[in-house]
Amino acid sequence: MSAWGARELTVTYGDTVALTNVSVDVREGEVLAVVGGDGAGKTTLLRALAGAVPAAEGEVNAPSLGSIGFMPTAAGVWRDLSVDQNIDFVASAQGVTGATLAERREQLLADTGLEGATKRLAGQLSGGMRQKLAFALAMIHRPPMLILDEPSTGVDPVSRVDLWRMISQAAVDGAAIIMATTYLDEAERASRVLVLDGGEILLAGTPADVMANVPGHVADAGQTTDRARSWRRGSRFKTWSPDEPVEGVARADDLEDAVIAATLAKETSNA
Amino acid sequence: MKAMILKEFRELRRDKRTMAMLIALPILLLVIFGYAANFTIDDISTRVVGPGSEQVTAQLPDLFDVDADAAAAAQDTDGDTQTALDLVRDNKADVAIDTTTSPPTAYIDGSNLFSAQTAKGALAQMPDGAVTIDVLYNPDLTTAWVMVPALIGLILTFIGTIITSIGLVRERQNGTLEQLAVMPLKPSDVIVGKIAPYFILAALDMIIVTLLGVWIFDVPFNGNVALFGFGGAIFLFVVLGLGVLISTASQTQAQAIQVAMMILLPQILLSGFIFPLSAMPAAISWIGYILPLTYWVNISQGILLRGADLASLWPSFAVLAVMAVVIFTAAVLRFRRDLAPSSRRKSQKSSKAGN
Repeated sequence: MSAWGARELTVTYGDTVALTNVSVDVREGEVLAVVGGDGAGKTTLLRALAGAVPAAEGEVNAPSLGSIGFMPTAAGVWRDLSVDQNIDFVASAQGVTGATLAERREQLLADTGLEGATKRLAGQLSGGMRQKLAFALAMIHRPPMLILDEPSTGVDPVSRVDLWRMISQAAVDGAAIIMATTYLDEAERASRVLVLDGGEILLAGTPADVMANVPGHVADAGQTTDRARSWRRGSRFKTWSPDEPVEGVARADDLEDAVIAATLAKETSNA
Repeated sequence: MKAMILKEFRELRRDKRTMAMLIALPILLLVIFGYAANFTIDDISTRVVGPGSEQVTAQLPDLFDVDADAAAAAQDTDGDTQTALDLVRDNKADVAIDTTTSPPTAYIDGSNLFSAQTAKGALAQMPDGAVTIDVLYNPDLTTAWVMVPALIGLILTFIGTIITSIGLVRERQNGTLEQLAVMPLKPSDVIVGKIAPYFILAALDMIIVTLLGVWIFDVPFNGNVALFGFGGAIFLFVVLGLGVLISTASQTQAQAIQVAMMILLPQILLSGFIFPLSAMPAAISWIGYILPLTYWVNISQGILLRGADLASLWPSFAVLAVMAVVIFTAAVLRFRRDLAPSSRRKSQKSSKAGN
């Protein structure tokens, strides 16, 4: 079983250190979700794995360019080309031709629900349709590694479901998938989760491991007791405490609580 | 309202390109129109050939700047009608006076419109029968004949810088440049694939504008078509290189247009096709001599109007060729850097080896 990833990766943009000593691996058939706030280093990690930014230190272990499917944040579709023309161009660049292309086109258009929009310009598609087209372009050559940068950001709930169905199917078919997301409910569906903050790894493991390894614990409260350590979830408040939980009580109820708690714990230790 | 004004000033202060347009452009226009926008010719380069050259030279008004170089003078004394014609064709003089005829014949280079108009006027005021005037290459001193060859270059500059840079920046703005960077395409394939369509379109435009100029305005095509095409190709490499360079320094299409305009405007005003370079003070005219359009105007007018050959146009060809190599190479290297960080290929190779 192949595993792709990075070892002790540091990436800099001029004087700014975007990633520090990050190690990650993603195996065939699994989805690794990279989560974190703005500026956490999610996009930089994915771009480094795709080879779009160089490593200042450490090493990247990725397949050759022809074996990577990449979906950048800005969708990466050619807006002045039709859906069909986008597929034709990327397929040609990836060396997919003839009967294979016809079969892939038919399958991907059916999966994405874009059969009726093949002549429409990509720039005229809705946000969700454009993201699905971008996913189809990344998948056209059946790459063993898929790198998806926030594929569902700004996408309506129905299209998000469609995207996740396609991502899951790609993993079932054997692709190693690493994706950044800002939706923690999505990340919970992933095989494993990597939580980044300020370019460093905060937590890593299966969603259950991440929730189980949160420092301290998160308590449910009707109202806020400590503004600096509390946040609203629906009609109630959650409060993080550095104290160990009572035996038998979960440290965090879900991944969102776990990520917020881990971030607060880091801020507390840095203070 | 105060907050709005403050916000606008803060945004403007950080928009360096707009600030440059706000500050540099008015100063540039003031300097150009104050000093350079001058149609009055005070100095006409002149050669007088034939045995009576010294006497004729002495009779000429001060406006005519006769080459006093000893070698030239010796050559001119031995010269004849053909020598005079060659001097004008090869752009070595705006006026060449042949003293082997009686009265002497003043051959004026009609492709140098303002000098020709001034020379014709000044010679006409000499005593009756002093000289016979023969305006070569543009006998009626038609403005379009001089403008069309230069406009071809301006159109190529427009396509090469503005259209090309917009096309390339669009990839960056839409996020597709990053997509191209991770496709199994060689950087050279991407660069050639991006630039070739603009090269072809600009070349087609060059052919169409030239044909229309000849057809509609009766602009003569006296020179070698292949040489004209060769010069156009070199010039295209220069302006396409400028377009690519602009794109590598711009994040948005609006930024690319701003920078391209700042490159285009001096070419229009200082390349000599509107205001004669010879009428500009040296402090301004040197700018014209570092602009590619200046050399294209020399080549284009030379080939179309004077039927000049490579032997007389080689300095302009050489300057454009050097510009093409330097600018195009710099542009391709910068564009390549955007597509493929140097260490990426190494890590890709090592990962292949590792797998």
